Parts: sequence; C-alpha cells; structure tokens
Amino acid sequence: MQFLVITLRRFGLGLGLLLAVLVLNFLLMHLAPGDVADTIAQDAGGLDAEVMAQIRKDYGLDLPLWQQMLKYFYSVAQLDLGYSFYYNQPVTTLILEKLPATLLLIISAQVVSILIGVVLGVIAARKPNGLASHFVTILSLVGYAAPVFWTGIMLIILFASMIPLFPIGNMVDVTVERTGFAYMADVLHHLVLPMLTLASIFIALYSRLARASMLDVLGSDYVRTAQAKGLSEFQVVFKHALRNALLPVVTTAGLVFSGIVSGAVLVETVFSWPGLGTLAVQAIVARDTPTILGILFFSSLVVVVANLLTDMVYRIIDPRIQASHTQEM
Amino acid sequence: MTDYSIPQKTLDPTFAHLEHPLIETARMFAGNRAALSGLAMFLIIVVVSLAGPWLYPTDPFEMVWSPFSPPGVKGFLLGTDYLGRDLLAQIIHGGRATLAVGCAAALLSVFIGITFGALSGFYRGWVEEILMRITEFFQVLPTLLFSMVLVALFGASLPMITFAIGIVSWTGVARITRAEFLKIRELEYVTAARSGGASNANLIFRVILPNALPPIVVNAALLIGFAVLFEAGLSFLGLSDANVMSWGAIMGNNRPYILLHGFTIMYPGLAIFLTVLSISLIGDGLNDALNPKLRNR
Repeated sequence: MQFLVITLRRFGLGLGLLLAVLVLNFLLMHLAPGDVADTIAQDAGGLDAEVMAQIRKDYGLDLPLWQQMLKYFYSVAQLDLGYSFYYNQPVTTLILEKLPATLLLIISAQVVSILIGVVLGVIAARKPNGLASHFVTILSLVGYAAPVFWTGIMLIILFASMIPLFPIGNMVDVTVERTGFAYMADVLHHLVLPMLTLASIFIALYSRLARASMLDVLGSDYVRTAQAKGLSEFQVVFKHALRNALLPVVTTAGLVFSGIVSGAVLVETVFSWPGLGTLAVQAIVARDTPTILGILFFSSLVVVVANLLTDMVYRIIDPRIQASHTQEM
Repeated sequence: MTDYSIPQKTLDPTFAHLEHPLIETARMFAGNRAALSGLAMFLIIVVVSLAGPWLYPTDPFEMVWSPFSPPGVKGFLLGTDYLGRDLLAQIIHGGRATLAVGCAAALLSVFIGITFGALSGFYRGWVEEILMRITEFFQVLPTLLFSMVLVALFGASLPMITFAIGIVSWTGVARITRAEFLKIRELEYVTAARSGGASNANLIFRVILPNALPPIVVNAALLIGFAVLFEAGLSFLGLSDANVMSWGAIMGNNRPYILLHGFTIMYPGLAIFLTVLSISLIGDGLNDALNPKLRNR
C-alpha cells in the first residue's frame, strides 16, 4: 500500500517535470527566430504578407501567448507534437519509428555497463592493492577522459576496418533481407560496437563506485560477523555485502540516465545507428524545429520513466527505505 | 586535600606546531605523484595552447599541402586534414578555444550551482523546494540535446556555446553545495555567529561558504574536464563556431573520412583525452589532499 502511494507521488513529480519540459519547449519555439509561416514561405519560395497572415491565423499564432501554450499542451496530450515540414510527416510518427533503436542501445549499454562495472568493482575491492584494483583505477580514468565519439571511431578503425569483425555502422545489413532469428542476430552483431562504446564511459563510473562502496561494506561489522560464522567468501561477498554495496550504484544509475541519452546522440552519429540521436542531428542541420523539440520532449520522457523505474528498484533492494525517504539529492 | 584545579596542558599557545590548512593541503598534494604529473601535463597543455601562435606560427586555416598527407610528409609532423591544412598547427591553435570554453563554462556552472545550493541549503523551506525542483528539472533534461537546441536556434558563437554548456552542467555543484550547507548550518560556530548578530549574507558568504568549499573546488576542477568533453561533442556534431579552430571542430571537419584517414581524428582526440585525464588526476589529488579521511579508498 505504502509502496503504491510513494510510486504515485513519484509519478506526479515526473508528470510535473515533463510539463516543465513542455513549457521550455514552447518558450524555445517562440524565442527562436522564424515561425511556421516563415518555414512554409521558405519552402514555397516566398509568399506575400497576406497569405502569411492567413497561415499564422490558421495555426493560431495570432492568439495570446497563454492560449497558444494551452493549445500546445492539449495537442501534446493527444500525442500530437506538430508536423515536420522537412520530412513531411507528423513528428510523433517520425519519433516512434526511431525510438526502439535508441531504447535498444541505451538499455543494453546501461545493463552491460552495470554488470561489468560491478563485477570489476567487486574483484578490485577484495584486494585493494592488487592488480585488479589498479586496473579499475586506470580504467576509470581512461574511460572518463576519452571523448565517447572518439572511442567509437577508434573501435571502428580497429574492429571494423583493420580487423573486420563487426560492421562499421547502421543497424542491419541492408543488402541481405533477413527475418526472424537471423534478423535479430544481425541486429545484435551491429549492436556490439556502439553498445560497448556507450558503455565505456559508464563502466568506468560504476566500477569505481562499486569498488569504493564494496570496500566500505566489507569493513563493516555485519560482514565480519558473517565471516566469523564461517560462511564461504562467495556467500559473504555476494549474499551479504553486495546488496548494500549496490545502493550507490543504483542511485547513480538513475542520475546518469540523461547522460546516457546524451552519449547516445554522439554514438548514434558515429555508427549511423538509426535512432533519435541521428534524427536529432539531421533535424538540427535541416533547422527542423518541431522535430528537434519533439525529440527533446521524448528523450526527457525516457529519462523520467527510467528514473521512476530506478527508484522502484532502489526500494526493492533496500526495504528500509520507506515513505519518509526522498531520494538523497 | 584534593586538588580541583584544571590541569595545565602543555600546548604551545601560539599554535606554532600546527600548519596552516592550505599549506597542509599543498604538502599532501605535492606528495601525490599521480596528481603532480597531472598538474605538470595540464600546465604544459595550457602553456603550449597560449603560446601556440608564437611557438608554431603556421596558420591553422591555410592550405599548405595536399589533403590527407600522412604524418611526417614534407615536414608536417601530424600530416594534413581534408583541406590540406597543417594538423599540428590546428591542434596547437585549437587548444585555446577548447580550454577557454571549458574554463568559462565550468565557471558559469560553478556560479549557478553555488547560488542554488547555498540558497536552498541555507534558507530551507519553500526556497529549497523551488530551487531543488528546478535542479531536478535540469537533471532530467537530456543535457547534450538541450545544448544542441540552444546552439542551433541561437547561433554557434563561442559565448553561446559556453552558455549552452554552463547552463546544463551545474546540478552536481548545486547538490554538493546544498549538502555541505545542510551539514554546516547546524554547527556551533554558525549558531555562535548568528547569535553574535551576523546577517544572513554574512553567514552564507563568510561563515558557511568558506567551510563548504573543499568538495566544491574538487567538483569545479572536474567540471573543466567535463566542459572540454562537452564542447568537443558539440563541435563533433557540427555545432561549432566556424571561424574558430578547436579540437572538437577538427574532428567534426574530418568525420566523413575516418575509415581512410583515421589519423586526422586520432590526434585531436588524443589532445582532448590527455587534457581531461590531467584534469581528472588533479581533481583526484585535490580530493585526497582536502579529505584525508577518504585517502585509503
């Protein structure tokens, strides 16, 4: 019951944040030079002032600002994010078409980086001055300092060009038509390099975090009790210590989600991965404002949903956290 | 008869045996080999970038030889880019813009972050509620996309790029500052200053902020590295000032040719890598020197 109440509260906060993103979108749309009428006029090679005024009237641009804003909210509530004059498609259609590719990339990168990061961190924490520990320290420095798109390009040069193990880009091999299992295998083959590239930053982050929190936990009294009871090291580390050591990792995983979406924009561009990031870059080159603002809204939606899920995972791992808890800012 | 007098401690009343905290920090930092090499590397990068035009006067925009000459040909140590411009000259001259944008953006976000964190941690109540909601909002906003929108809509000039980076990177500083303020505002010396009649501004700036600074300083150092990476990402996507050479812009320019001429991307990327690496080493060293408790992590 309490779980439900907290979840609903979080849900409300998330909705509020999304509403704020919409207000920001609306303001950006109005502050930006040029409006719909200008775009249409440009497409048509110039229109006279009377027609432009008519277009502005049709689109409701002559209404007071607050009415326009309410109209905008109303249409977004019906999943209408405007029309892209560059692609000649509704923005929502455009985005929903590209969203699965981006979700596949960011979710797989997040899962893989948490898994690898935690494993590395645990190995390193068991021998704080061992080889693995130094490896994690160096990895976390290198993984953070290398620009993610540069890592991607270096991986392409190494593992797609010099040693052709993986394709250099795109999500499927367009020269061969595949269905079912073969199609999935092809997508996974294409996914490996972009996913590893995106994961590289976060593996660095998580391994360092997991190492630090594991060291903390391993020094605590209840772990010493577990050891004194004669439990095997495996049981002590994975059954007793890991659960608490994971908490900071989960908190951070929620906080960095917007960073993952940002990284995905760069990684998608490098690997011509057909997701929201490549769409955003193309829309920016084409000055397609409705599309780019639509993407901003949708990716914020992805981050809000991811934060809600993280919060639930956090409360499942740590049942001590109850109603009074507001996640440590 | 029992002696109830307080035993005299043999403390030097001038405290001459204690080091000034800053000196102690500096001594610890100087004892950290990784941090020192980071500092040396960073200083070299800064000096070369600042003195670049005198050290290596070749114009980075001038076409000097055929495009994509491999490193070493005709005395061009790092070769030439897709227009036949000297890559070494571009990297040396490009450091200025990259570092300037990085430092200015970091400064801007530290300023915003301290303001938000200090006000919400000091005043609590509705001030905190509003400011923290705004902070959450900026945490949810996909930073790179938002900066891309800003730069694309309002023009790719250096000040706009700096603003677009600074406006999205401050949430970490705000969180840390707030946490420090929450901790420190309850301490006795703050209560003492308050009962001594200190104004709120006085309490914030002269009593609490100086004591909250250490973690903020570490974060500010790391933010420079973050901003350098961010600027590189924006330029790589083509959102850079076309009249200014920067490391990210070199990579963005040569992006279509990565498979055949990877070196045009490798070297500028390496410059960014070394810069951010040196800043991270400095940041870690500062962290260790300022929080000796954490040193054994």
